[in-house]
Amino acid sequence: MTDTQMLSREAAPLEEEACARAPVGLLAELTHRCPLQCPYCSNPTELERANTELSTADWQSVMRQAAELGILQIHLSGGEPTARRDLEEIVETAAKSGLYTNLITAGVLLSRERLEKLRDAGLDHVQLSIQDVDVENADRIGAYKGGAKKKHEVAGWVRELDMPLTVNAPIHRQNIENLPAIIDYAVDVGAGRLEVAHIQYYAWALKNRAALMPTKEAFMKTAEIVKEAKERLKGILVIDFVVPDYYAKYPKPCMGGWGRGIINVTPSGRVLPCHAAESLPGMQFDNVRDRPLADIWLNGSAFEKYRGTDWMKEPCRSCDRREIDFGGCRCQAFALTGDAANTDPACSLSPKHEEWAKVAEVESHKPAPEFVYRRMGKAANATSE
Amino acid sequence: MSETGKPGTAPPRTRLMISGDSVLKLPRHIKLKHDQGRGIWLILAPERVFEPDETSVEVLKLCDGERPVSAIAKVLADQFQAPVEVILADITEMLQDLADKGVVTS
Repeated sequence: MTDTQMLSREAAPLEEEACARAPVGLLAELTHRCPLQCPYCSNPTELERANTELSTADWQSVMRQAAELGILQIHLSGGEPTARRDLEEIVETAAKSGLYTNLITAGVLLSRERLEKLRDAGLDHVQLSIQDVDVENADRIGAYKGGAKKKHEVAGWVRELDMPLTVNAPIHRQNIENLPAIIDYAVDVGAGRLEVAHIQYYAWALKNRAALMPTKEAFMKTAEIVKEAKERLKGILVIDFVVPDYYAKYPKPCMGGWGRGIINVTPSGRVLPCHAAESLPGMQFDNVRDRPLADIWLNGSAFEKYRGTDWMKEPCRSCDRREIDFGGCRCQAFALTGDAANTDPACSLSPKHEEWAKVAEVESHKPAPEFVYRRMGKAANATSE
Repeated sequence: MSETGKPGTAPPRTRLMISGDSVLKLPRHIKLKHDQGRGIWLILAPERVFEPDETSVEVLKLCDGERPVSAIAKVLADQFQAPVEVILADITEMLQDLADKGVVTS
């Protein structure tokens, strides 16, 4: 009897038919508004403003189209998705359309009553982020006083309401020492799953790389801690470990391959193959206001651009791993080599790899600079350049 | 270090160990469904989608919160005309894996 396999992470291609080629997940960035200002936010540095956001009806249409296309899971994210007062209506439409609904939240705006309403509207799962278990440090990282205490309360409500909980813990040099306590926290609050997510260095995190990058030794220690905890907590807590690719030998298959498993809709309705894709120049992104979601997914130029392997250059083109990691991340390739079709420098076969890996070595051993906090407009840029 | 507040309200947690007497069900947030577009069975779980094999699907359909694992083994032994001990050993292992992943619960 074979083990039950993960669908989204396996490399086997799906059949070449419309619905069989549907993405497994849709990341719905409902808004870029957020009360927190985490310096590693995965949102683009150019945040979209509230007056450009899709309407309730637009998002409900996206949910129905997603289900028709064959998408399975909706990740309701942001910014902070609970900043939208119509979240219940969006969740209800998604659930009624047969989608599995996942709320990715910082928690600080939630009340118990609202969480209950969301559950009753059909919300399947809550992913709650924490900045640290040390409350002062946590509130400093998120630049939100009282945040850590509130999050702990929210975690309790999720479990009281009998909903499954994932704790998401972004890990970096300013909280890495607390990993064992973070694992205990996840067990204590009743989470079924913990993401120990080393920061991925794009957008805001790339701006703050020197303030966030752990040393290789500190990273290796986290790998050991997670390995031990996984074994000890088998059947109690599932732990997912995301490694920082600066310390990896091969790149990660970003988004499980471009235009292959994930589709992302921004607050204003732009449809992206990945949440960082707007950092690439010369791309045309379609909007759900103008074109059906299925047509964008199957035929949109942004999705076609790096889908599959035809676009690859050497060393990817002839590499045995080309359908395992799909050449890594296009945004990282562009940011660090100037050409998005180059091999991701995270790959040891990239001519830029050594130079790139050295950056992590050097930055992680220097004193950490001040954070550039995530903010709308120019305030953030003023301190970084 | 200033740890956050009191521990959670959940009772002490232990690993569910599967035996022939275990009575299992799928928790509300786990969804077993046949996907028309892809033509396969899927298990939808928090931030995961699993693709169960045919046997797993048959077993999961029988995890109804009433019959014990030994009774499920009996049903499958009759259906596939195989020795019940072999089936029981196989599905116990499989269900342990699924329980560890949070797909089945007692």
